[in-house]
Amino acid sequence: MLAYTLRRILSALPVVFIAVTVSFFIMRLAPGGPFDGERALPPEVMVNVRAHYHLDQPILTQYLIYLDGLIHGDFGPSMAFYDHTVTQLMLIGLPFTLTLGSIAFLLATAVGIVAGVLAALYQNKWPDYVLVLAVMLGVIVPNFLMGALLQLFFGVYLKWLPAGGWETGSISHLIMPVVVLAWPHAARISRLMRGAMIEVLGTNYVRTARSKGIGAQLVLVRHALKPALIPVVSYLGPGLSYLLTGSLVVEQIFGLPGIGKYFITAALDRDYGLVLGTTILYMFIILILNLAVDLLYAWLDPRVRYR
Amino acid sequence: MPVVKFRSLLKAIAVAAAISLPLVASAQAVTLRISNGGEVGSLDPSKVDGDWENRVVGDYLEGMMTEDPNSVATLGQAASYTVSPDGLVYTFKIRPDARWSDGVPVTSADFIEGMKRELDPAAGNSYAYMQYVLKNAEAYNTKKIADFSQVGIKALDDKTVQYTLASPAPYFLQLLTHYTSYPVPKHVVDKVGNDWVKLNNIVANGAYKPTEWVPGSYIHSVKNPDYYDAKDVKIDDVYYYVLEDQTASLNRYRAGEFDIMTDLPTDQYQWIQSNLPGQSHVKPFLGVYYYVMNQTKPPLNNKNIREALSLAVNREVIGPDVLGTGELPAYGWLPPGIANFDGTPYHPSWEELSYDDRVAKAKKLMEDAGYSDANPLKLQLKYNTNDNHKRIAVAIAAMWKPIHVEVELFNSETRVHYDALEQADFQVGRAGWLLDYNDPDNMLQLLETGNGNNYGRYSNPQYDALVKEERNTLDLKARSVIMHKAEAIAMDDFATLPIYFYVSKNVVSPKVHGFVDNAQDIHRTRYLSMTP
Amino acid sequence: MAGITGKDAVLTEYATRLEGLAAPKGRSLTQDALRRLFANKAALVSLILLGAIVVMALVGRYFVHWSYDQVDWGAMHKPPDVAKQHYFGTDQNGRDLLARTLQGTQVSLLVAIVATLVSVVIGVIYGAVSGYFGGRIDALMMRFVDIMYALPYILFVIILMVVFGRNFVLLFVGIGAIEWLTMARIVRGQTLSLKEREFIEAARAGGAKPWTIIMRHIVPNLTGPVVIYATLTVPEIIITESFLSYLGLGVQEPLTSLGTLISDGAPVAEVMPWLLVYPAAILITMLLCLSYVGDGLRDALDPKDR
Repeated sequence: MLAYTLRRILSALPVVFIAVTVSFFIMRLAPGGPFDGERALPPEVMVNVRAHYHLDQPILTQYLIYLDGLIHGDFGPSMAFYDHTVTQLMLIGLPFTLTLGSIAFLLATAVGIVAGVLAALYQNKWPDYVLVLAVMLGVIVPNFLMGALLQLFFGVYLKWLPAGGWETGSISHLIMPVVVLAWPHAARISRLMRGAMIEVLGTNYVRTARSKGIGAQLVLVRHALKPALIPVVSYLGPGLSYLLTGSLVVEQIFGLPGIGKYFITAALDRDYGLVLGTTILYMFIILILNLAVDLLYAWLDPRVRYR
Repeated sequence: MPVVKFRSLLKAIAVAAAISLPLVASAQAVTLRISNGGEVGSLDPSKVDGDWENRVVGDYLEGMMTEDPNSVATLGQAASYTVSPDGLVYTFKIRPDARWSDGVPVTSADFIEGMKRELDPAAGNSYAYMQYVLKNAEAYNTKKIADFSQVGIKALDDKTVQYTLASPAPYFLQLLTHYTSYPVPKHVVDKVGNDWVKLNNIVANGAYKPTEWVPGSYIHSVKNPDYYDAKDVKIDDVYYYVLEDQTASLNRYRAGEFDIMTDLPTDQYQWIQSNLPGQSHVKPFLGVYYYVMNQTKPPLNNKNIREALSLAVNREVIGPDVLGTGELPAYGWLPPGIANFDGTPYHPSWEELSYDDRVAKAKKLMEDAGYSDANPLKLQLKYNTNDNHKRIAVAIAAMWKPIHVEVELFNSETRVHYDALEQADFQVGRAGWLLDYNDPDNMLQLLETGNGNNYGRYSNPQYDALVKEERNTLDLKARSVIMHKAEAIAMDDFATLPIYFYVSKNVVSPKVHGFVDNAQDIHRTRYLSMTP
Repeated sequence: MAGITGKDAVLTEYATRLEGLAAPKGRSLTQDALRRLFANKAALVSLILLGAIVVMALVGRYFVHWSYDQVDWGAMHKPPDVAKQHYFGTDQNGRDLLARTLQGTQVSLLVAIVATLVSVVIGVIYGAVSGYFGGRIDALMMRFVDIMYALPYILFVIILMVVFGRNFVLLFVGIGAIEWLTMARIVRGQTLSLKEREFIEAARAGGAKPWTIIMRHIVPNLTGPVVIYATLTVPEIIITESFLSYLGLGVQEPLTSLGTLISDGAPVAEVMPWLLVYPAAILITMLLCLSYVGDGLRDALDPKDR
């Protein structure tokens, strides 16, 4: 297991390298550049701008310049945000995103697992239907709509919560963004949990025990939980990475700082440096989380072996 | 969850919310909170290109001239100025009490350094061309000359700056209110270079100084006590919030989190008028929303077809009905209220026809060109991703249907859209122009042969000659006549298809005083005050 | 689907693990599954509702007075008006919302069905192969998935569009390309655990080829998570479609989709509620029904739950 973990960590570098390379060339192939906007730049100015960012060099040279910077820990400039380097943008935004994302993650995972187990225990009875309805709203109602409606009701009509913004240390500013972010995540977890739990509970020996009443069932849940968690855990890797990178809508509606927006806007702005920065960051997040998931499999089901 | 616990949780939330409100924290300070739209890219005036950036930068830096509450050029850092009789040489005296927020006096060298950085070819500044009216500025910016001392800006002494123009530009004083002409603190730049705009180095010569910046959320500036007019500055703190979602912005405004919105969701305009009476400020704004028609290839190189398309657009319904914010219909090219322009605005002869007659005439033109219901003209209409652009495109496609035009709508994201316009890879394309400086020349150049923004590639030597002539005419009356002529030629050629003149859309809380609507939509914080 | 083709696996499982419980006699498993699906009241009601929505989307336009791209200049953004036959009201361009909702439902259904199928087929096969072979193959295949996650997929879709032109099919490719990734990871996770079970060992010992084992023994046992995750994928696809369309990469005006209608309706929820309420009601009904049907299907196809 240790050898496996080490191998996975060592293999991260080539994987990141491939992702950077592919991103780099995909980006340059896309039509439109960072300086195509409402106003056409005079050709002479365009020449200056392109030279400033080495965009006048052959693409292979640009690639090597970028790699050289990367080796020295320099992610390069952002073309949309002159006053910040890509590294600075990431470092400023990451703490906010991590705070928001991890709270949402913990909440969603806890709620999702509990709701999933309950739904499984009451399979096809009314608590099951109600739970499905409640959690599925998180997936079915698109997050931009959910955000806008919550903001309208709790921020404007009831004035219970601030309608947006961020104050460090303020819980009230976090509630709506966390709910919007966590709900769909909780929904997916609870659905996967319910299905897997029913499968495990449906096996023969478990059935017999179930007939003995709810007390015995609770004991069973503890035994059934581990094998039933496998599909949930599979989802957690991509799920958490999504929480950390997919917060664009939440950030935009509530005016929050964070890095989620860069994953979309950098690509749309053709902010080459920032696109690559986000790719690298995302790659690391995904690699770490998926390694954690793979290790969790072995813990949940001892039959799973890695060679 | 038990009810009691839930209630106490709510109470805790309410307390937390109260504590976190900045107003409560600093009870005495007067704070203005502006919903500022996009993310500020830079505080460096040479890197600025958006109105949301101008709001922050123009509050902390001030040029020789500055905008008054009506956005008319008035003395800023300059105490006085003189103009040579030929209109080519301007000499400015800097105020003796003008100083940076670290106490260092503002000198001629700061203005020269600012211009040098703006025009530096290696910096690749996108708005450098704004100052091309200065002698040799274009040559320096495009690397034709390497010696900056040949550019028409010179220090006569520590407090006197002389500008020499390439041609008499009646809008030059106004250009000196623009951020491309702002001074930079040379004493800081000499020490830390480009990092002078970093918050720990930054100094201000304007009324405010940025102290805090949370990308994606806000920039916070505080009153600069060293500003020469600090005693008249009423507001202590300004927050410029990043928020591009208009509905979210309105929600936060209604929740009392913003005092000024610099844009509003068009669909909610009526709601705002009836529910927040007197708070919306929708006023004519110097800019034109138009469609470019690609004249490099058939069918739109045919003037009659361009005419038919223009006639069939019912401009009267676009502003009031399709958008709902009452934008004025555009039949000419120059927006109403533009400076340095006398006489009656251009009106085409067909404007007097009823809409039905216009459509009938347009239909006739199309039929003469060989189009019919069986053989419609197939046109692709490109627009960039935006709800209003979409709505207008859909409406115009429907208006063109009766004149045998079948439209394919083609939406793409902004970069792709403008790339296509620049490559002339389109038939009809959506474009818009907000004036960089309040002068007709800024509009007229858009239709000049060879101009990079002349996406439709309209070309008429007569028009080009008139625009050249206008630039070298000192007499404002005579110049107006020439510009009228140029506008009429282009419009009679259907060089482009103007649709409406922009409006500025602000929502201002009744607590805010001193907000004056103006055609440039520039409202410096130092003129505002607030009742608590 | 998977459960139907995998009778053998189901039987193998019975034989090896559920001794003492007699397999149902005299009925085919397909009939059995259907019978149990219909016995589930929530699933049955949902199925009927879903069917009604599909039928409405397909034939509704023949009963609607207005066409989805017809502009009624006399009724710009007006609330529902029975006299003018704008039963759902009109949008800001004066187009009938009922006609547009019907047309949008059609597009969304088509996109959802095709893209879900694409993501399920690719995800299941890819994940099962990766998990079954394990080791170096698994490492390679999963790192590829990791890279796909990290790529700026918007740019990827833009390039596809430049190369192949504006094409409806491309939308499915664009959406499918991102949506199969999580499915593949879930399937692989299950497979890692499944392949160590006794009945797979038995099949292997019996000389079955890897492909046979994957298709006949592993895939049928994945039904539960796959059906559930597929029902979760559908809403995501519908939203992704509206985002891509908004960027000009998907469905173009005057055509629309439920996702687009809702994202246009969300900002005007207060002032023109009908623009949000009708399309949202249909989407929510549709997707809720889908979840209940998904649960019913999962129960009906579950090899252990008989």
